[in-house]
Amino acid sequence: MDAESYTDRELMVAAAAREIDDGDVAFVGMRLPLIAFQVAVSTHAPDAISVFESGVVRDDPASDFLHTMCDLPNLDRALSTTSMIDIMSRLQRGEIDVGFLGGAEIDRYGNLNTTRVTSRSREIRLPGSGGACDIACLSQRTVVLMAHEPRRFVERVTYNTSPGHGAGGDWRARESVAGGGPETLVTTKATFGFDHDGELYVKSLHPGVNLAEIADDFPWDLKTAAEVTDDPIGRTEPPSVDVLELIREFDPNGFWTR
Amino acid sequence: MPQSKVTDLSAAVGRIEPGSAVAMGLALEHAIPFAAGHELIRQETDELTLIGPISDLLFDQLVAADLVDRVRAAWVGNVSSGTGYNFRRAVEDGGLSVENHSNFSIALSLKAGAMGVPYLPTRSLLGSDIFEENDRFREAEDPYSGDRLALVPAIRPDWTVVHVQRASPYGDAHFWGNSGVAFEAVDAADDTLIVAEEIVEPDVIKSDPSRTAITRDSVTAVAEVPFGAHPAPLAGRYNRDNEFYLDYADETNDELGTIAWLNEWVRGVPDREAYMEKIDRDLHVSEPTVAAEVEYGR
Repeated sequence: MDAESYTDRELMVAAAAREIDDGDVAFVGMRLPLIAFQVAVSTHAPDAISVFESGVVRDDPASDFLHTMCDLPNLDRALSTTSMIDIMSRLQRGEIDVGFLGGAEIDRYGNLNTTRVTSRSREIRLPGSGGACDIACLSQRTVVLMAHEPRRFVERVTYNTSPGHGAGGDWRARESVAGGGPETLVTTKATFGFDHDGELYVKSLHPGVNLAEIADDFPWDLKTAAEVTDDPIGRTEPPSVDVLELIREFDPNGFWTR
Repeated sequence: MPQSKVTDLSAAVGRIEPGSAVAMGLALEHAIPFAAGHELIRQETDELTLIGPISDLLFDQLVAADLVDRVRAAWVGNVSSGTGYNFRRAVEDGGLSVENHSNFSIALSLKAGAMGVPYLPTRSLLGSDIFEENDRFREAEDPYSGDRLALVPAIRPDWTVVHVQRASPYGDAHFWGNSGVAFEAVDAADDTLIVAEEIVEPDVIKSDPSRTAITRDSVTAVAEVPFGAHPAPLAGRYNRDNEFYLDYADETNDELGTIAWLNEWVRGVPDREAYMEKIDRDLHVSEPTVAAEVEYGR
């Protein structure tokens, strides 16, 4: 792979890394965010810290490729290897700036389902929450990463594993959901924000994608940045050569990103 | 003299009765006691309730062997590939009852059990269907601040099974690396089985008491099983065998494949030694990174 071309998932990792600010404590979890944190801390966020619900706290990239947060390279030279109660308590105290989530389904208000879905009237059981519900409830903000597939976008999730902005408006405050809720969704085609009512809107389209081709993927009338912020819909910045090099260093065989 | 609790794995697992509630796979992807799980399958210990945050493949394998009535967990699947096909089939066919948790709620359940209190409050869960669908989770008002909270009731497993790096014959154990909810589950359980990579002299344990995670008073039995966590990793000893997880996913996505897998890897091998002889990969840590020396003094 050369630096001129990159995969959808490499672009998602680069976009996710940009969501980690310098000095943030990031709740990382599984898959692409494993790489995004390592990119962020190697570039614009050298003072960021990552925490993992297994009990790992790190301030730098792992010493080798990670399939999971518990692979030995993630434990080696960590700041701390501790317990889940320790990590989740940081979350509950409001100390986690940004948490990463995925999902089989996301709805208009950023609620996520990873528990069960219905396909052609048949119920399909998914693995479940893991730490996602806790991250969704308690992080100051969350970033959601998902493949861009129309079946994943639903008006209302059939099972709300990880609360987003609920039914919109002041739902989180009314339901006593402590954290800030989803701020960004990154798919393989676009990035999205959430407006003052908690509703999803298109913020930027990835290179080569136009609005018409994604608008129909949503079973409601999708809002755009132009309506919400008065700014036009942006174009997602492609990953830089440096960032691509890092992604390929942290995922040398493309297990997660190709 | 304290009593030695050392026994072979088969005898130790034999003490876990059918119908037991067993917590295992508690350090997330790390240090999963697969050898003990496979022994449960060989002994056909059934009607089990399994308790844990995420079990990676272990719960899927016990479900595949048709030994499980109920799962109380946050996530059941295959961390390398996603779906645990046997768990999925069992739930979809209606043969398996699931109490859905988040990682924090299962941690708090075990912590409450460990602390000897009936429940613990949390700010998590509120607003989720995990909370809405389960009558055991209650809503309460904090009598001090008036805040709305979720109450998570205690879980007290009959047995907790943990894999550790080393233990004395009496059951005092050193563990390092991330621990997830392992120690809370030990304290919450009636009985604990320690599966140790290595059984060491009691003096080794007492040389570094800050590393002692579990003491003998919590422990019922100790079994020495090198590579007993494979394909999970164990800090300082061996890496995750990712290929094994991917092969499992390929080979168990239908019932016939699952039966063949269980016959090949569990029922057809008498013990862990024979099982490890079938693994043609060197998983030992390539470079042992050593901690700074710790001094206590007298």
